[in-house]
Amino acid sequence: MFLINCPFCGERDQSEFKAGGEAHIERPKHPKKLNDGEWAEYLFMRKNIKGVQFERWNHIHGCRKWFNMIRDTSNDKIKLIYKMGEKPPLK
Amino acid sequence: MKNKYSIFSLIKNAFSYHENWQKAWKDPTPKKEYDAVIVGGGGHGLATAYYLAKKHNMKNIAVVEKGWIGGGNTGRNTTIIRSNYLWDASVGLYDHALKLWEKLSQEINYNVMFSQRGVMNLAHNLQDVRDLKRRTHANRLNGIDAYYLSTEEVKKFCPIINTSPDIRYPVLGGTLQKRAGTARHDAVAWGYARGADEMGVDIIQNCEVKNIKRNGDEVDGLETSKGFIKTKKVGVVAAGHSSVLANMAGLRLPLESKPLQALVSEPVKPIIDTVVMSNAVHAYVSQSDKGELVIGAGTDDYVSYSQKGSHQIVEGTLNAIIELYPIFSRMRMLRQWGGIVDICPDASPIISKTTIKGLYFNCGWGTGGFKATPGSGDLFAHTIANDEPHKLNAPFNLNRFISGNLVDEHGAAAVAH
Repeated sequence: MFLINCPFCGERDQSEFKAGGEAHIERPKHPKKLNDGEWAEYLFMRKNIKGVQFERWNHIHGCRKWFNMIRDTSNDKIKLIYKMGEKPPLK
Repeated sequence: MKNKYSIFSLIKNAFSYHENWQKAWKDPTPKKEYDAVIVGGGGHGLATAYYLAKKHNMKNIAVVEKGWIGGGNTGRNTTIIRSNYLWDASVGLYDHALKLWEKLSQEINYNVMFSQRGVMNLAHNLQDVRDLKRRTHANRLNGIDAYYLSTEEVKKFCPIINTSPDIRYPVLGGTLQKRAGTARHDAVAWGYARGADEMGVDIIQNCEVKNIKRNGDEVDGLETSKGFIKTKKVGVVAAGHSSVLANMAGLRLPLESKPLQALVSEPVKPIIDTVVMSNAVHAYVSQSDKGELVIGAGTDDYVSYSQKGSHQIVEGTLNAIIELYPIFSRMRMLRQWGGIVDICPDASPIISKTTIKGLYFNCGWGTGGFKATPGSGDLFAHTIANDEPHKLNAPFNLNRFISGNLVDEHGAAAVAH
C-alpha cells in the first residue's frame, strides 16, 4: 500500500489506481511481417524486473487517465511519474 | 541411514526428552561439480530432487536455496489441495499430484497431515452457476469426483455459511470435491528434504545463485554466494523469482510476479471441517489443526517482490468472510503475510525445457502451486532426467506461448486469479 501522485489529480491512495503492466511496449510497426515467435515476445514475454521498472498506471477511480511510473518493485518506492507520450528518462 | 519415524521411535525418544533425534538432513558444503542442480528449496524443488534420486537414480545432485528450505511460498500458502480444473491437461497434471498426495506420508515416512476434508466452491451469480456446472460435467468426464450442490446442500455440508437470499452476494449453489483437502505445508518440504538427503542429495541452504553461466547454448554452471558450482543440468524452481533467474541466463518468461496475501485468526475450537472457496467475492477459509482460521485473499494487480501487498485486498476479503460467515464477525486476526506469485497469462504453470541446453524451468504456478507439489516434482524430475517432458507436462511447455496452445484456466479453474 502506497500513495501515488497522479499527474492530473495530485496525491491519492493506491487503491484508487489500477496497474497496467510494463510500459513502453511498442506495437509492432509491421504486424503482417511478424512470425509467431515475435508475436509471443510482444504479447506475452515480460521483463518482470526485481528493482527499477517502467510501468503504466490508470487513475481508474479518479480522472481515469493513464500515466507512466518508474517504481522499485523490490520495495514499492516510486521514483518518478510522467505523462503518457512523454519520453522515458534515461536510467 | 535414517532412523524410521514411527510410534516406537516417538516412545524411545520420549525417554531422552526428545533431545537426541537424528538430524533430518545434513548441512553440506557444495561440491565442485554435480550432475544436476535444482535452484530453489521449496516444496517443488525438494520434490524434484527426491524423484530425481528415487526414480531416475541421479544421486550426485544438489538443491541450492537462497534462504532456508520451505521459507518461501511453501510456508506462505493456505495449504489447499484439489484437482477439479476445467481442461483435460490441467486435470491430468493436478490429479496426478492428488494421487501422489494420497500415499505421500507413507512413501516418505513423514506425516504431511494430508486431510481429505473436501473443498467446496461457491457460486454467487448466474454466471458462476453456469461455470461451476460446466466444470462439474467436465470433471466427471475426466473421472474427477465432482458434485454440484444446491443452496440447501451447501448449507447442509457447511452449516455456518449464511445462505440467506438477501445478502449482497447470495449463495446460489456450489461444487464439491470430496477427495480434495489440505496438508501441512512445512511437513511437505521437510519430508521431501529428509527423503532426498537420505539418498545422497546435498541440500545447501543460504546459498544464493548470482549468475547462470553459459557455454554458448549450454549451461555450464552456477555462480553462487558459496562459490562456483559446475553442472550440465540446472532446474529452476524459484516461484516469484523465476524471471530474475531467467534474466541471468538471458531469457525472458511470460510471467508477472505479484503479491498474494493470506491471514490466520486466533485459534478457536473446531467450527469448519472443510475448505470453502468463493472466487466471486474472493474469500477462502479453512481451519488448521491448531484451530486457526486460515484465510486466503487475492493478488494485487501490480508487479512487486516486496512480500507485502495492499491493505484494501485484505479488507475486501474480510468483508466477504463476515457476510458469508456472520459467526466469525468478532474473530481477531493474528497474522497477515504476503508471498510473491509468478502468474502466467493463461494461469497455467510452465514445466519445460528452454532454448538453452540443460536449463529447465518449473514456474508460473501463480496462486495455486502448493496443491501440485508432488506431481510437479515428479514430472519436472522426469523432464530433467530424460531431457524430454512426460506426457502429463508436455502441454505445459514454454512453446505454447508461441504456438498458441494455451491451457486457459483463467476464470475457469474455480478460482479468481
